[in-house]
Parts: sequence; C-alpha cells; structure tokens
Amino acid sequence: MEGTHTVIGRRAPRVDAMEQTTGRVKYVDDETLPGMLVGRHLASTHAHAVISSIDTSRAESLEGVRAVITGADLPITYGILPISQDENALAIDRVRYIGEPVAAVAAVDVATAQRALDLIDVRYEPLDEVVTLDDGLADDFPLIHGEGLGQNLHRSAALEFGDVDEGLGAADLVREDVFLFRGNTHAALETHAALASFSGEGKLTLRSSTQVPHYVHRTLEKVLELPSGRIRVIAPHVGGGFGGKTDPFSHEITACKLSMVTGQPVKITLSREEVFYAHRGRHPVLMWVKTGFESNGRITAMHFRTYLDGGAYGSYGVATLYYTGALQTSTYRIPNYRFEGVRVFTNKPACGPKRGHGTPQPRFALECQLDKAAEDLGLDPIAIRHVNAVEPDSMTVNHLRITSCGLTECIDRVVEASGFSAKHGQLPRGRGVGFAVGAYMSGAGLPIYWNDMPQSEVQIKVDRGGGVTVYSMAADIGQGSTSMLATVVAERLGLDPPDMNMVTADTDLTPVDLGSYSSRVTFMAGNAALEAADKVRSRVFAAVADKLEIEPEDLVAEHGRIEMGADRGSGMSWPDGVRLAIATGGPLIESGSYRSPDLAGPYRGSGVGISPAYSYSACVVELDCDPETGMVSVDRVWLAHDIGKAINPMLAEGQIEGGVYMGLGEALFEDHAFRGTLHRGPSFLDYKTPTTLDMPPVECIIVESDDPEGPFGAKEVGQGPLLPVIPAVANAIHDALGVRIDETPFTPDRIVAAMRDVSKGGTGRIGPDETPGFEFPPLTHVEPPIGFSTGIHAS
Amino acid sequence: MTEQAITIPINGEEHRLLVSSNRTLLEVLRWDLDMTGTKHGCDLGECGACTVLLDGHPVLACLTLACQVDGRDVTTIEGLSDGRVPDALQTTFAELGAAQCGYCTPGMILSARSLLNDNTDPTTDEINQALSGNLCRCTGYVKIIDAVHLAASRSSD
Repeated sequence: MEGTHTVIGRRAPRVDAMEQTTGRVKYVDDETLPGMLVGRHLASTHAHAVISSIDTSRAESLEGVRAVITGADLPITYGILPISQDENALAIDRVRYIGEPVAAVAAVDVATAQRALDLIDVRYEPLDEVVTLDDGLADDFPLIHGEGLGQNLHRSAALEFGDVDEGLGAADLVREDVFLFRGNTHAALETHAALASFSGEGKLTLRSSTQVPHYVHRTLEKVLELPSGRIRVIAPHVGGGFGGKTDPFSHEITACKLSMVTGQPVKITLSREEVFYAHRGRHPVLMWVKTGFESNGRITAMHFRTYLDGGAYGSYGVATLYYTGALQTSTYRIPNYRFEGVRVFTNKPACGPKRGHGTPQPRFALECQLDKAAEDLGLDPIAIRHVNAVEPDSMTVNHLRITSCGLTECIDRVVEASGFSAKHGQLPRGRGVGFAVGAYMSGAGLPIYWNDMPQSEVQIKVDRGGGVTVYSMAADIGQGSTSMLATVVAERLGLDPPDMNMVTADTDLTPVDLGSYSSRVTFMAGNAALEAADKVRSRVFAAVADKLEIEPEDLVAEHGRIEMGADRGSGMSWPDGVRLAIATGGPLIESGSYRSPDLAGPYRGSGVGISPAYSYSACVVELDCDPETGMVSVDRVWLAHDIGKAINPMLAEGQIEGGVYMGLGEALFEDHAFRGTLHRGPSFLDYKTPTTLDMPPVECIIVESDDPEGPFGAKEVGQGPLLPVIPAVANAIHDALGVRIDETPFTPDRIVAAMRDVSKGGTGRIGPDETPGFEFPPLTHVEPPIGFSTGIHAS
Repeated sequence: MTEQAITIPINGEEHRLLVSSNRTLLEVLRWDLDMTGTKHGCDLGECGACTVLLDGHPVLACLTLACQVDGRDVTTIEGLSDGRVPDALQTTFAELGAAQCGYCTPGMILSARSLLNDNTDPTTDEINQALSGNLCRCTGYVKIIDAVHLAASRSSD
C-alpha cells in the first residue's frame, strides 16, 4: 500500500452532487415511457383470512383499465433467502396481514386505476389472528404458513461455545436482565417505485428503486419464468434505502407482469401508506441476558436469548435471528457463550433488515447490562469496556476472525473529546451522559445464494482520449458508493474522481455486485475496483515504460500524467499513455473481482456474522431529561468510528451523522406500532422521525486502523455508527435521573412511569420482567477455535 | 369533476393549463409538465419533499390545488438556477455533502432559499425552525445546516 495518496482521504463532494442539488437527478418515479400505464395494488383489509373468491369482472370492464391480475396469475413463490421461499406477489388463497397486495390493475391514469380497485370484489373468511409473540409461540392458533393449528415458529437456534455453566459458576457477579426492543421502520423518503417495460422481442426491462438489482433479477427470472438474459434490472438513483429496498417486492413483479399482459410500460409507485405495509423493518425483539462477571468486570460467560416477532413472511428473518446472537463477541471477549433464539410468524407486515440488521437490538441489551454490572461492581462504565475489549488479530469464541480493531482507540478518543469521566455521575439531576460501543461487518462473508463466484466484479473501459468508464452493479442509495468507486479508480490512475464516467446498477451493462446491503460495497466492490484499476494501470505503465526505455516500477500516475518518479513533466499525458497501451495491447478493458476469504466456523449458522473486517464505534450522548414531563432533549453526541481508512472523510462523516440521527430516532420515538394487527399510523404524521429541531450537534471522530485487506485499508461506515447510539441514550437517561428504561423507544410516558415508580419506593425500572416459557431446541455444542482459551482468567 | 383554465407563471415562464378542480400543484408539475425536480414523498403534507415557492414563500405542492395558484409565481428547483449559474445553496449543498440520497434536497433547498431571502444571516436556531418541515432520513441535517450557513456567509461577502 502506498504511503501517500492524491484523492484517497480527500474531502470531496459526491461525483453527482450538482445533479442532485439542481433537481436533475432522475429517480424511478421521475421517469415516464411512451404509452405508459399506471399500476396499483388492492390491499387486504384482513390480517388473516381465507380468500373465498375474487371477482375482477367489474374492474376489467371499466373504461381505461388495461389489465387486472390476481395471485392466480403469479403462482410461483419467492423470497430473498433460498430457505424462505414463502411469498407470492399477490396473495393466493390466504391473506396474512392488513395491507397485503391481493390484486393489481393497470390503467390509463391514476384515477381510473383507483376506481378499478374499488370494483374488485374480494370475499374473505376470517381466521383467528396471530397478534403477539406469545400468540405465535402458543400451539392453538391457526398456522400462518400451513394448515391447522400449531406453533407459528419460523426458525429457532441454540448454540453453545465453551462451557457457560462453568463460566457462570466461577463468576463473582451474575446479572439477569430482560429488554424489549420495539420495531421500527426505514421510512426512506423516496417511496418504492417500479417501471416495467416488456418489448415486442420478449425482453423485459425493470427500473426499480432497489438496493439489490442482482437479487431482483434472480427473482424475476424465477417468478416470471423468463431466461435471465431476457431480463434487465436497472436501479437508477435510489432515494434512500437503509435496508428497506433489499427484498424483492410485490410491485416489482406485478409491474412486470402487467407490462407483459398489456404490452405497454407500467409504473407502480407505492404510496407512503403502502411503504409502511411493505415494511421489512427492524424486528421487535424480546431479550433475556444472563452474564457472569469477575469482580474486575471481566466477563466469564454470557447466555443470550432472543425472541423475534417476524411478521407474516420470512424475508431475511433466518439471518436476522442469527444476527441477534452473532456480534456480541465482536466487541467483548466472551470466553463462554450460549445463544438461543426464536423467530415467530404473526399477522403483521414482515420484518426484515434495517441498518444494523438484527444487531442494534442485542447491542442495546448488552451495553445497558454492562453499565448495570459496572454499577454493581463499583466500576466506571469505561473501565468495564476496557477490561473486556477484543484485541486486534484474534478469534472470538464463536469463530469470528477479528483483524484490524480500533475499539480501544475509539473508546479513548470519544471519552476524551466528550469529557465523559468528569461528567458521569457528576452532572446536576436531569442532566446525564451515557456511553456505549458497537461493531459491524464490512460485508457479509457469504453471498445469500452460496456459490464460488465473486461477490463483486468491476469492469473498467478506457477510451482513446483517456476517458475512463467504470462499470459496477453496486446501487448508490445515497451512501456514496458511486463516488467511492470513482475515487478508488481515480487514485490508481492519477485522475480526478469527477472525471470518471460511472455506469452502475444495471444488469445488462454492469458485472455483478451482490448489492448495497450488509455494509459490503466499499470493502468488496472497492477491492474489485482496485484490482481492475491496477490492471489498467499496469498495461499503461508497461507501454509507457517501453516507450521511455525505463522500468514500469519507476513510473507514477498523478494529476492526469504518467511521470518518471517525482520528476514533473518527465513522462507523458494520461491520454498519450492510454493510446500507447491500446496500440500495443488492444482494447483497454480490464476487470477485477472480490471474494471474501472462507471464514465460516464449524457449525450451522456460522455463515451469519462472519466478515472480512469489522468496524468499531464508541459513542457518548449528553442529554437533559425533565423529571416531571419525561421529555428528553439530546444536547450533543460524540461518535468515534474505526473506518479503517476514510476514502472520503466528508462522506464518511455524513454516514456517521446519519447513523447517529437514525439511532436517536429509534431511541426516542420511532415505533412501528400496531393496534392488534392494524398499523397504528402508516404516515409520517403518526410515525415520528426526528426533524432539524430534534437533532443535536454531532462530533465525528474518524479512527483509522488501516485494515490489511480493505481497499486502501478501508472498512464500513454505513451501519456501524448507529449501534452504540441507542444504548448510550438509555445509559444517559439513567445517569440523569437514576431510572432504567429497558424498553425502546424511551418516550416521556415511560420515563414518567419510571419516576413514579421511584417515588413509590421502586427501582425506577421500566420494561418487561419475563420471557415466554418457550422450550428451545437442544443446544449444539461448538468447540471454540483452536488456541482460544475459555479459562476465565485468560488474559 | 369540473375543469378550470388557469395560467401559472412557473420559473418565470407562463403555463396555460386546463386542470380539474382536484388536481394538485404537485400533479401538475410532475405529471402535466414533467418537471420532476419537485418530489413526491407522502401526499399528506408531512415530509416536505414537494416544497416549492409560491410568491417566494414555501408551500407544499401536494396540499396545494393547482387552481388556487392561478396567476401566482411558482418557483421550483429547476428555476433556482438559470442552467448556468447555480444558486448559492445548490453549490454549498453539493460542496459540503448536504445531499446523500438527494430526495429531500430540492424541497430542503427551496425552504432554505425562502429563509435566506428574508434573513441574510440566520442563526442555527432560525435555520432549524425554517427547515423543520422538511424531513431527511440520510444526513441527520448536520451538513444541511452547515450548507445554509455557508451560503448565507457567501451571499453577504
């Protein structure tokens, strides 16, 4: 790795920034095609019912209606995970949540489409609704997927690494705590949209606001029974994702089907209400945590149980379930660890992945419990983190490979910047500081469909004038992946990022990238781009060196020129070098790819949590909390994040600030709440997200641990910074008022209830006390990695 | 539905339209005139993505009926620059990374433009108030606030 860079590490705008600010950027809903029809879905009004009949004849005969389709037209099931193929684009025989699409129409305009929906007669025979986690675990409710009565279990897991009973037995302090993380949703500002066009030659093009064009491509191939070569999926600018556009969705499939039926382009843009039903947001998770500590705070063993309310379909849920148990060990050395988890189906919109995917919930529980244990042991909250912090280049008991790790530096720098130690326990009543840490993956180590092919491929084509075009399927959802790729390539070729021509997220034009999920793009697509750029550079250098009769190693590429070492003006311009390379070697088109090393551990479920690198974060929140009203006002947030290397510090800060913002929203008010099975308020009026008035200043501290495998040493920043924010708020509320809100969000009513409890002589804790009496499957005992010491006095 | 003939000066150019009485300004802009810089986010006046300026003041195009604005000046994001010299806010938003996914950006910039027209040197509190009706899910507003400050300071130079 070179010591100095010209564009890596530079604060710079996105490569498309002016297009965005002048309103010229086109999102899917901004596009129209000649003859385009409007598509709309009819939503189920029942949470759980048999569809006894659907009569579409009145709708079909309405003037201006071109097609009406139902579940019978799309009989093939699908789902993002190969093991959860349980969805249909339109409900067949049964509806499973209120808002589920049951029919779709294509019409000449919105008003006609809307009238047509009103003319579709659906008859339902209601079934008992599975409303709560307890309902799902009970054995006398109708099966949501299946016939008859029984437990609505989706999946359960039970793993033990080391000997937890022995570890707990040797502890000086054992704590048992119960926490509830309520669900919330992404609420990206752009509602999902899909524009499908089926050509006379039998080729289908879908423009969709998706994070994963590759997986949408695969799903369309399966459901529509078209060869993949006849399907083109394009994700143009995507107006925010956060995990909410990572599944294949009904409207993507129905838009295609309606276009195939009518022979005309069809656009379906979801309403804001429909987006709340499409959901795939943060799972509500009930958690029970039993942890043993030595008197110095060192963890001896941990037993972690999670109960997930998954909603009506699988989505990513099997992965989510394992994620609720996978990353506890990524920050703290836990010598003996047991994880038991269960996900149930209920008659509500399906949960899925949201920023941090299955890890913010257990992180909330873990970081709050550590603060409680520190208090029990008379330690300060920083000391208990320090004594347990994982080391770089180590293995965890559950077989995660830790390489670069800036956790300790993150802790120290955020504590210093915030003055935490002088404030904690010292501020006036009603004011407090809270601390927490987190870690996240730089890309899931395994693809969703296991195979031996690369997870990212990038192609670079250079024209005869020196123009560089970079092709990648990575979808820019606002996180800046296109700018990242341009910067990586520009650095290697001695050019400027805005000069790169970027072709992204188009399955016809670009080589595969699995998509913008699991914080994988910088690490994986970045490495693929680096390899491709190096091949281009090598060819140009070889041709130039030959011409100048020197060695390629003596050349450098910078400022649009190929120079002999530091001697400015000694070589030739980039375009001249390119022409030499083309003259000697033919077209200057090169590709690169990335595939994660094989990191899976020796057990089923080990595919979840492994990653080629982990980012680390530490957070301090300072806030005011009114003891009378329970109102929380966050004064300032400090967040240190180990990103490995910031390819563009300004865009990295934007991810940190956005993660802090989203974490504060989840901590303080976001709640995807239901009255029974009916969404409590599928609008921004009812689902509150933070505004400018709620947002405190954020102090970003970028820590660079220089990852040995990341592109230029880089790791992720899109998801990790959210993780410590929520528990840091909870810990700050405790510091301010002495109450413990063990249930998100930390709303004024919960804080006031906690204060009332204190005034009546209680402990001031709000949250569930018990977990269901569910019997987990027998534990799978897994040997810790070779050389891993489970002894509780290991250093 | 009755139809009405209206004339709306949009970005300085008069548009004569025949609109039904329930047609919103957002529908006219996006569907009738293909001016898609103004975004649709909720259709209920909750997110601010469809903010445009009506006689210089921010309004929500999704809650504004087209026939209500007959004869009144409408400015959209496309009209803030003449295609050559961008508005100071468009430059500072780009420069400081105030747009991530960019979907809230047009509405955000128009709200900020209205503020700066009335108040050339706003405090952070004043900016927060002026932009509190525009939701952003990406940025945490931090760089948006910075960009408004920077545009204000440049305009006063």
